[in-house]
Amino acid sequence: MKIVNVTHGSFYAIGAYAAASLTAAWLAQGYPPISSYAVLVGAAILVAAPFAIAIERGILRFLYARDEVVILLVTYALFLILEDVVKLIWGVNPYYIAQPYALLGSFQVAGMAYPTYNLVLVAAAVLFGGGLAWFLHGTRAGKLLLAVIHDPEISRAMGVNVNRFYLATFLLGSVLAALAGAFTAPTVSVVPGLGVEVIVLSFAVVVIGGLGSLPGAALGAVIVGVVRSLSVHYLPQVELFVIYFVMAVVLALRPRGLFSLAEPRKI
Amino acid sequence: MRHDRTTTVIIAAFVLLVVAGKWLPQWAMFIMTIALARGLVVLGLLLLLRAGLVSFGQALFYCIGAYAAGALGRFFGISDIFIEMLVGGVLAAATAFVLGFLLARYRGIFFGLLSLALSMILYGLLVKTEALGSTDGFNILPSTLFGWKPGADWVRYAVLVSAGAVVAFACMLVHRYLQTPLGRLAPAIKDNEIRVEYMGASARHAVHVMYVIAAALAGIGGALAATTVGHIDPEMAYWTSSGEFIFIAILAGTGNVLAPFVGALIYGAIHTMAYDLSPNTWQMSLGVALLVLIVFLPEGVWSLGKLRARRT
Amino acid sequence: MPAVLDAQGLCKTFGAVTAAAEVSAAIEKDSVVGLIGTNGAGKTTFINMITGYLKPDRGAIHYEGRDITRLPPREITRLGICRSFQIPQLYGSLTVLDNVMVGIGIVLRNAGLAGYLSRDDVPVPGFGRPAREVAEQLLGRFGLLEDRGRNAQVLPGGARKLLDIALTMVAKPRVLLLDEPTSGVSSGEKFGIMQMVLDAARAEGATVLFVEHDMEVVSRFAQRVLAFYDGRIIADAAPKAALDDPQVKRYVVGHRA
Repeated sequence: MKIVNVTHGSFYAIGAYAAASLTAAWLAQGYPPISSYAVLVGAAILVAAPFAIAIERGILRFLYARDEVVILLVTYALFLILEDVVKLIWGVNPYYIAQPYALLGSFQVAGMAYPTYNLVLVAAAVLFGGGLAWFLHGTRAGKLLLAVIHDPEISRAMGVNVNRFYLATFLLGSVLAALAGAFTAPTVSVVPGLGVEVIVLSFAVVVIGGLGSLPGAALGAVIVGVVRSLSVHYLPQVELFVIYFVMAVVLALRPRGLFSLAEPRKI
Repeated sequence: MRHDRTTTVIIAAFVLLVVAGKWLPQWAMFIMTIALARGLVVLGLLLLLRAGLVSFGQALFYCIGAYAAGALGRFFGISDIFIEMLVGGVLAAATAFVLGFLLARYRGIFFGLLSLALSMILYGLLVKTEALGSTDGFNILPSTLFGWKPGADWVRYAVLVSAGAVVAFACMLVHRYLQTPLGRLAPAIKDNEIRVEYMGASARHAVHVMYVIAAALAGIGGALAATTVGHIDPEMAYWTSSGEFIFIAILAGTGNVLAPFVGALIYGAIHTMAYDLSPNTWQMSLGVALLVLIVFLPEGVWSLGKLRARRT
Repeated sequence: MPAVLDAQGLCKTFGAVTAAAEVSAAIEKDSVVGLIGTNGAGKTTFINMITGYLKPDRGAIHYEGRDITRLPPREITRLGICRSFQIPQLYGSLTVLDNVMVGIGIVLRNAGLAGYLSRDDVPVPGFGRPAREVAEQLLGRFGLLEDRGRNAQVLPGGARKLLDIALTMVAKPRVLLLDEPTSGVSSGEKFGIMQMVLDAARAEGATVLFVEHDMEVVSRFAQRVLAFYDGRIIADAAPKAALDDPQVKRYVVGHRA
């Protein structure tokens, strides 16, 4: 959307907290554990959406015409605010929601136990990634969205409701972030600071993959994930370091990332 | 002429500090010194901001400066305040020189988040380093000045005056820098990098230089802050630390080299008030205040004080 | 006459689009060359390749005997080849005067690293006077002196074009590439502006290439015409001969009814 969204990390955290707390409450009511997955997804969407709408309609929409730097700073201010809002709503104690994770058990791979839940995560990633790609390139709405992002002025001149698209985009992006948080929640303890961590990592993913490229992001995520696991296993202290080292190497060889979108002609 | 006026004000402010400073209560001296330290970091931040680059990770260099000062005392027994500031600045600049090869290629969100990530990496490293006290950090030796060890009631004043001297010098240097061709290049880079390249300059090279200068200023500020507070810990590299600098930068605006220091003082006041009002959510108050500032006062508080408009 | 700029066999494709196919041209020193062709024929691509913004897939470009094919734009500018743009590239938030001052500052820097840190009263190499005087004189030549305090982004179209060209002249180019210098300018003013620009350029002894769509301007000012079509040069002759060429008539100019 060509706006810079530091708040994205906050939505990840919101999704994680919402999922953890609501799923725990749901299960405590005695509902069957198998339904917890639906709750995870539902919680993330239902809680994140109002936040996203409020932010886009209430603040961002007035600032699109301003300097790029302004939007960057505004989303940063929002990030600060949301970090504390999350603390206000959910407190500072860690949340654990292990059932969705534990429920699926594990299976044997090469003599080691591999949690089945992780497969679910991978499947979800593929599903959502593929779905997004299909939406953007295969549907009329998706193509319109790409057009609006590329040139909002001309889109407006052609009668497209750009404001609605901006809202929809922000909403979609934030909800996806929240879903990511929700799916991750069963595998970690949900604590304050989740938002920053994910920004730092996802940034590396986007840079390695190439800005604006979905397949690039997918590949970047795989690379970062593998590198991270290897590093955690062999040299835990340099975990983040290694990822950024890899990023620097990729950038030295391909300055715009592994896959980069064609740039429109400027001169 | 405007530029002479600024230099005069800087010198006058320093003289005022030296003369009147001794009469200030200890806590006021402390606040002033911290404001000077933070102001230095923000001065560098504003240099980058002029080129359209928002660094969300100046805390990286602030922290390097602080830990350099601390390490000098802890491992070498050195506690001279000027040496601490010098080493802090040099180490920060050296780090920026290396990192600049990567960062200077980027603009906008990339630059911002990359700088954020680097500061968080330092945070992570420090937290895991036992030799530097992990999350607890460690204390700094009381400051000495060219071998003289001030008595308890002179220390704060000595540090304040030293800080004032360094800051005054830095302000004059930056003020001069802003009038040079390199200083003028920043807004050009922000507006139209292609034109800059076609005029025969390397935007990347210029950004690299600015990044190093900003880092050096932050490093000196960090060493100064460390020595004033007497304690350092990894929190100094945490993203919230960078957030404070950003806040002060927005508060100050790019009007004048003295603006960051005024901004830092005002911020100190706001921070204390926000903390008193709601100690658990002062971050949110900060965010709200920042939002209000950005939306309603984009040029910073300095624009309030302008009596004559500079541009039609 | 010796060729100051020599392009040999330049080829450039963007996917399925051929922007340049074996484009070769030797430009003589002190000449004035017009580049004509329909949109998309490859004129701006040609200029982009010469100035290093694009690298040709094949072929080479030599300037005064030196191979400049792989150099980036800033190096090529430093060597003395400057260009103006189809869409004026200005520093929008800076004043007209400051736009030029940035350019002069860069000239100072390129004269030596100390130039980067110099004061405003240092004489500018190549001009012999302080930066501000040089800037004002340049603006005066282009009729922009009265606008010097206005922000570049509020200038009307014609003035933007002129400022863009003025910025191109700051570095005292020996080869000047003008991309549609009179586009967006009313037909009555076109001749005046071209004369102004060429006078300023020729006073410095520059070789000039200009892209132009108005054939009257081309006939009046060009000594030689390169006609582009579909990535190739289809005619290379004096203006009258080029404009009478059947291929040029067919693909560029059109036939008189």
